[in-house]
Amino acid sequence: MDRAFSWVAAFPDEVWEHTFSFLPTDADRNAVALVCRSWHRIERLSRRKIFVGNCYAVEPAAAVRRFPEVRAATIKGKPHFADFNLTITDWGGGAGRWIQSMAKGWPLLEELRLKRMVVSDDCLEIAARSFKNFRVLSLASCEGFSTAGLASVAANCRNLKALDLHENEVEENCINWISHFPESFTSLVTLNIACLDGEMNVSILERLISRCPNLKTLRLNHVTPLEKLVGLLHRAPQLVDLGIGMLIGEGHPGLFSKLESAFAHLKHLKNLSGIWEAGPLYLPAIYSICEGLTALHLCDSSIQTPELSKVVSRCKNLQQLWAMDLIEDDGLIAVASSCKLLRELRIFPSDPHGLAQPVYLTQYGLLAVSSGCVMLESVLYFCRQMTNSALLAIANNCPNLTCFRLCIIEPYTPDYITQEPLDAGFGAIVELCKDLRRLSISGLLTDRVFKTIGASANRLEMLSVAFAGDTDAGLHYILSGCKKLRKLEIRDCPFGDKALLDNADKLEAMRSLWMSSCSVTLGACRLLAKKMPRLNVEVIDENGGGSLESWPDDCHVEKLYIYRTIAGPRTDAPPFVLTV
Amino acid sequence: MSPPLEHDYIALTERRSAATASQDGVLNLKETELRLGLPGSDSPDRDGKVGLTLELLPPKNIFTGGKRGFTDALDAGAEKWGLTAGGGGSEKEMSNGGALFSPMGDGAVCGKTAVLGSASKDLGTKVSGHDSKLSVGNSDENQRETAPAAKAQVVGWPPIRSYRKNTMATNPPKNKEEVDGKPELGCLYVKVSMDGAPYLRKVDLITYNDYKELSLALEKMFSGFTVGHCSSQGIPTRDGLSESRLMVLLNGSEYVLTYEDKDGDWMLVGDVPWKMFTDSCRRLRIMKGSDAIGLAPRAMEKCKNRN
Repeated sequence: MDRAFSWVAAFPDEVWEHTFSFLPTDADRNAVALVCRSWHRIERLSRRKIFVGNCYAVEPAAAVRRFPEVRAATIKGKPHFADFNLTITDWGGGAGRWIQSMAKGWPLLEELRLKRMVVSDDCLEIAARSFKNFRVLSLASCEGFSTAGLASVAANCRNLKALDLHENEVEENCINWISHFPESFTSLVTLNIACLDGEMNVSILERLISRCPNLKTLRLNHVTPLEKLVGLLHRAPQLVDLGIGMLIGEGHPGLFSKLESAFAHLKHLKNLSGIWEAGPLYLPAIYSICEGLTALHLCDSSIQTPELSKVVSRCKNLQQLWAMDLIEDDGLIAVASSCKLLRELRIFPSDPHGLAQPVYLTQYGLLAVSSGCVMLESVLYFCRQMTNSALLAIANNCPNLTCFRLCIIEPYTPDYITQEPLDAGFGAIVELCKDLRRLSISGLLTDRVFKTIGASANRLEMLSVAFAGDTDAGLHYILSGCKKLRKLEIRDCPFGDKALLDNADKLEAMRSLWMSSCSVTLGACRLLAKKMPRLNVEVIDENGGGSLESWPDDCHVEKLYIYRTIAGPRTDAPPFVLTV
Repeated sequence: MSPPLEHDYIALTERRSAATASQDGVLNLKETELRLGLPGSDSPDRDGKVGLTLELLPPKNIFTGGKRGFTDALDAGAEKWGLTAGGGGSEKEMSNGGALFSPMGDGAVCGKTAVLGSASKDLGTKVSGHDSKLSVGNSDENQRETAPAAKAQVVGWPPIRSYRKNTMATNPPKNKEEVDGKPELGCLYVKVSMDGAPYLRKVDLITYNDYKELSLALEKMFSGFTVGHCSSQGIPTRDGLSESRLMVLLNGSEYVLTYEDKDGDWMLVGDVPWKMFTDSCRRLRIMKGSDAIGLAPRAMEKCKNRN
């Protein structure tokens, strides 16, 4: 041991280990590991949770080797824009190699959370059989598996607490997979199957729910009929989080009051989500629980504003509201006056392609909420018009914003009153909201906004840009500023080679950069890859694949994904993805 | 004329054709003919007001036709943006070129607010690659008399997950046009699975007009998975030209395309008229030919029973 660090020996390893357990973030633990060899050793042997933001940044076997005592792993695969079909279908993100390494090196793994990865049924089977203490399986935006895979999880994970399936593409080939939970299985706390499309055998579900007294989160899929829901709710009065899908089945007299009384029994309910195709008639059945709600997610619903307003004005303790733009400005005004504790607002477009008559959701709605809800920190807002003055006012009202994502549906939309670009508005957001960590911009924007973002957004970690900017300078401002930037995703902007090459070092300080439909050439990618060996520069070419070497430097690159890695070029890339 | 206005004009020509046709109530062939005229040569009524009552014309004909004209006119631009004029399927072209084209498309159709009314003055300040922004002055709400045609959609825009798109398909937009009491659907996502492939896909049936387009699109999506049956080296290389392996396989009855209808029965795709198919299809499955024996007769019977 270094003499300079001999003080380390003053305490036994367990003391340091205990001390490290108070460190809140992985970044802190990483810093601690750099102090001296002893601390490095102690830290790595005591690390229990690992977060891998990009599954290709490190070899699975290396990660498992370095941290042999991990109990909880979170791994993310595809880039965020894959959610919107911007990557090709078989780009990668397979979980297989990770699962295999983890099965070998972390037999005591308890929690596994995968996002945007391709998970096969084999993976699920291996996980179910290898991890004897498996407690939490969370799959978000994943694909590649079927309900047969879920059946093997149900059958083999005796102590499973959470099965959380969020927006996955699941092949449904095993109808009664739920029945594979043995009769002796009682440990379930979270069951989220909202993304499944198939009919569920309700009586099997009822039996499962009845024997799991600790069940707190139950999110069903949209196929569960109203009548059956009543029975389920009665068996789980302890629920804290409920997701429902109500089809408009045959309403019959008495159903409403049954539903109302079932809800009234849910005295602990805090989160409510789901689909309300049942229409406004049944909505008052939930009035009794509104006051206790802290989160309301009605983002798949078609309820219109008068009924929505009645619901939200009863939700005095609401902290999180996700809704469709059918809530309109009026509904948001009701939110602003009733939901004083609101922290997060997400408004989704009911008609993203403008096929129907437009809804009356404008900048006024957001403005009202920003002014009425002082605790607002996170905003996702789809709308069709915006003004600089509204953005300025919002920034003034909510200087504590940490996440601001505004999507004006029509690209290049200017301030609709002054017809000017929205540079000033977004500029105000980044200048006044000093804690802003995530930003998505839209509308008509010139290079000016990027100059402001680069200069002022000092805590910004993730930036999404689409249809914006005039020249390469825009990208240069971002890459040369934004000290804490980790993820940058850009589409359809006139950004090109120079900014990338001038800021090559920055790219290694970030997790990843996605650029599509910009002005990048293959030559620049080659230069970049040569200069920065610890970056993978992936060029995605949908037209043919192969023979990248023969292509000229001035060839335009349609899709580009750059990420830092210590694992070198990946071996599982399909032919359309070429690591330069 | 500078290139930006030229493509402005191409796009306007075809839309005006559509608009005029709808006003007349009759599809005048001459007017729907897509021509690359010089600006000002062909449109006596063009005075800044663009009729935007688009009929429910098959969206593909307008946009792909227009797009080909567009890319032909600007080869340099096309190469720069990676557009392959004539190569690949219409869907791919749409997504590749969509970024340039569709903002115009979007602007033409969803014109509640005078959003792009004066974006035209920004044309000059934009980099050449973006000159194709079209300002279509359409601030009048009463121009939206009929439900607008499903327009060419930019891939991945607006940025919402296809999950949301599908559930919203079941929610009636505030729309006066209803057929048989069913609301006009904005999109209709169905799952597509293929025997032996690890990936499940979703396709939006609304974006296709016939079986051929659907099978072309499926071919693109799944061609990577014909591994076991074609090339022993692994994933086959695409030559981007004529039929890919999957089509050959489909035609050669290695695989057949089947669908599950509303009643839960599995039927062969192609037996019923397209519209009937899209109305009743719940999901698709590309299954091995040997598994599909016996499907065809039932499909025909069912069809007969319905009719």
